[in-house]
Amino acid sequence: MDALEYVAPKSVEEAVACLAEQGEGARPLAGGTDILVQLREGLKQARVIVDIKKAPELTALPETGNGEFVLGAAVPCERIYGHADICRSFPALVDAARIIGGWQIQSRASIGGNLCNSSPAADGVPPLLVHGVTCEIAGPGGRRQVPAAEFCTGVGKNVLQPGELLVSLRFPTTLGLCGSAYERFIPRNEMDIAVAGAASWVQLDDSGETITAARIALGAIAPTPVLAEEAAEWLVGQPAREESFEEAGQRARAVANPINDKRGTIDYRTHLAGVLTRRTLQRAVERARGHRS
Amino acid sequence: MAIVREQRKRLLTKTQKKTHVTTKINGEDVEFLCEPHHSLLEVLRDVLRLTGAKEGCNNGNCGACTVLLNGSPVDSCLVLAVEAEGAEITTIEGLADAGHLHPLQQCFLEDAALQCGICTPGFLMTAKALLDKNPQPTEHEIRFQLAGNLCRCTGYDKIVRAVQHAAERLAENNAQSST
Repeated sequence: MDALEYVAPKSVEEAVACLAEQGEGARPLAGGTDILVQLREGLKQARVIVDIKKAPELTALPETGNGEFVLGAAVPCERIYGHADICRSFPALVDAARIIGGWQIQSRASIGGNLCNSSPAADGVPPLLVHGVTCEIAGPGGRRQVPAAEFCTGVGKNVLQPGELLVSLRFPTTLGLCGSAYERFIPRNEMDIAVAGAASWVQLDDSGETITAARIALGAIAPTPVLAEEAAEWLVGQPAREESFEEAGQRARAVANPINDKRGTIDYRTHLAGVLTRRTLQRAVERARGHRS
Repeated sequence: MAIVREQRKRLLTKTQKKTHVTTKINGEDVEFLCEPHHSLLEVLRDVLRLTGAKEGCNNGNCGACTVLLNGSPVDSCLVLAVEAEGAEITTIEGLADAGHLHPLQQCFLEDAALQCGICTPGFLMTAKALLDKNPQPTEHEIRFQLAGNLCRCTGYDKIVRAVQHAAERLAENNAQSST
């Protein structure tokens, strides 16, 4: 790792100017838990490290007033699960933030960084998909918004163009009885990369017995995290009980397009997609019912 | 090891623009010079000679290099030394109080919660952060919060018990000092 220069711009505009000027030679640094390892191992190169944590917009965690949250892209996991309103409104994100690495990683690693690293197995990404998050991207030509579901384009690839920076993640207001959950399968208790992962989000009617809206997203079963749209649409109008979760899990398996590798086989990952969908739907429904007054 | 030593020598002797960093370590103001690619661990060990934090994996898996950065445990191998500007850092050297071992250190000794000892400074720092935040953790909470520290000798049980004992002892000390 022979980065020659470290800069810590004080604003998004300054950071973007620096990234644009340096082109491919500059790398943004948020928590550093992926990029520093990649630089050290020679998997990526940089002449300039642009520490984006001094730009207030990147580390902000503001509520916009109507229950919508704008999560700065460099906010570390530890601050996310320490935030009572996020724990209540976006529990799938909190589930993921608690299991990305150990505490030492969580005090540095950010969800924005997790998204930009664009691993198919990223724990932080399926929760963004089920919460309908929009990514705010700043670049030399101004700002643009991209749905989180369209951010990753391949293994380690995403929509960011040279000079562009992911600034924040916008979580829309949740209305009614809503709940969400994320779960992954790993062969040990902690500190591992998902063999497969699933996030579910549900909205229930006032009785808490019928599903009125749902989203399901799967990780580590395709080159990018993906929404299981057909399964989620099928759930609308279904009773919020085990048989529905089971059926949705079976349907979600259809979007699984995994690989065989050291972590798991195609068959096993496809099986897990169904099981984890069922389990996260169950938990999301329990959490939604918990909001009944 | 020879290769590692050679790399380190190169790191420390290569002439590059050095950055001046002002920070606070174990309560004392500390200034140092470093290059942008130096990790906090490299500076702690090789520049400041605080060799308590250990280099295990150098990629954020093992936790042997754990220090507290503004109160939170971090792998110092995954923090750039330049990022320490204006920060408060606590290392294992700052855990004992004026020559008196911290209850965590004392309990690790009494409970034989170490064998080779390489992982111990990291475990102690994470356990310190845990007890600061949650003075009476359950066994599950201890195991979960210490998951980022690996030990290849003890099998973890003795470490978990030592943290439980330290929590009890800290509670006793607090009860005594408040009466």
